[in-house]
Amino acid sequence: MYTKPFSYHRPKSLEDAVALFGKSSDPRYLAGGQTLIPTMKQRLAAPSDLIDLGGLSALAFIRKSADMLMIGAGTRHAAVATSADVKSAIPALAYLAEGIGDPAVRHRGTIGGSLANNDPAADYPAAVLGLGATVKTTKRSIAADEFFTGMFETALQDGEIVTEIAFPIPEKAGYAKFPNPASRYAMVGVFVAKVKTGVRVAVTGAGPCVFRVPQMEAALAKDFSDGAIANIKVAADDLNSDLHGSREYRAHLVTVMARRAVAGA
Amino acid sequence: MPKIEMRVNGKPISVETEAETLLVHFLRDRLGLTGTHVGCDTGQCGACTVHLNGEAVKSCTMFAVQAHGAEITTIEGLAKNGKLHPMQEAFREHHALQCGFCTPGMIMAAVDIVRRKPNADEKTIRQELEGNICRCTGYHNIVKAIASAAAGMGARS
Repeated sequence: MYTKPFSYHRPKSLEDAVALFGKSSDPRYLAGGQTLIPTMKQRLAAPSDLIDLGGLSALAFIRKSADMLMIGAGTRHAAVATSADVKSAIPALAYLAEGIGDPAVRHRGTIGGSLANNDPAADYPAAVLGLGATVKTTKRSIAADEFFTGMFETALQDGEIVTEIAFPIPEKAGYAKFPNPASRYAMVGVFVAKVKTGVRVAVTGAGPCVFRVPQMEAALAKDFSDGAIANIKVAADDLNSDLHGSREYRAHLVTVMARRAVAGA
Repeated sequence: MPKIEMRVNGKPISVETEAETLLVHFLRDRLGLTGTHVGCDTGQCGACTVHLNGEAVKSCTMFAVQAHGAEITTIEGLAKNGKLHPMQEAFREHHALQCGFCTPGMIMAAVDIVRRKPNADEKTIRQELEGNICRCTGYHNIVKAIASAAAGMGARS
């Protein structure tokens, strides 16, 4: 066996899932498993108990109101990518989902799992922060600005489950990413949105955690065109640097991807 | 041990298995369906692609217990009554394989591509094959085979 042995649970409801979590010594929730299972196979994670949320069909939905788009945490990437509601309300979000991993990964991976994991190079955090969405959980509602707290870190407490993401429908939005040629994770991905409260720019892949670029937001609020941010660079100091690219290269890509996102919005 | 019930290539299965058994190992070692291959073992190469309720998934990145209640189709389940599936036929016709190791996963992915995008053009087919790696062919004949099968499968329905 690749993974260490664990106890497997198939809860019938969110309440059951939370109760099981409380009773286990080192539990993990299992959503689509496209990150957790590889992590367990490498023995970077070895939970005592896996609580499978995959059977909770109430978590898989997409609903649209006049100014909001609600997506259940258990909704697969493929469902978001192909949903007529998502395509009409926030086409940039459908486009983003269509670019995650590959088709087989998109059939399994879920939006809630991606957000709870908060991989520094995941796509969804850029959309959630860029649109100023609200993450709803079994305990509360968390604003995107409060949700992502660091590399693989979120505001979620032990046992708390993401249940739904509520996205404000923007006037305009765009996403552009430079995928790593092998993994397809974002070397840099930028989500730009013009919403009621102003313009938001969120960057994934470049740093240890998704972040906003206030300078670009201010410039785009005055003039929503790619030229308006052509000369705005983010500081390279705190960005990721690895064999795929230096921090200076990533800093450069942020401006390039932001311009493409604006041009495509 | 958890009990799982599923249908594999139309046949009902009801067994107990360790929770940590990956779906691909369950198919190969428990059911003897060795057409599904383990390539990279990290979810990147696609040699282990099977259909879960009609959708392509990587069976090395799923525990067998997660397939409880599901309908699984493997490469062994595509041919009907001794007649190759149109996609298998197209792979043979267009010489879309050399060593053949990636082929089962390629064909399962290809059937899924045509299901979702029956009119996929060459560029789309190449993009859609992102999760399936072939080290021999350079993909050219695979893409040709899929395009040809898509035309054939469309004409039949």
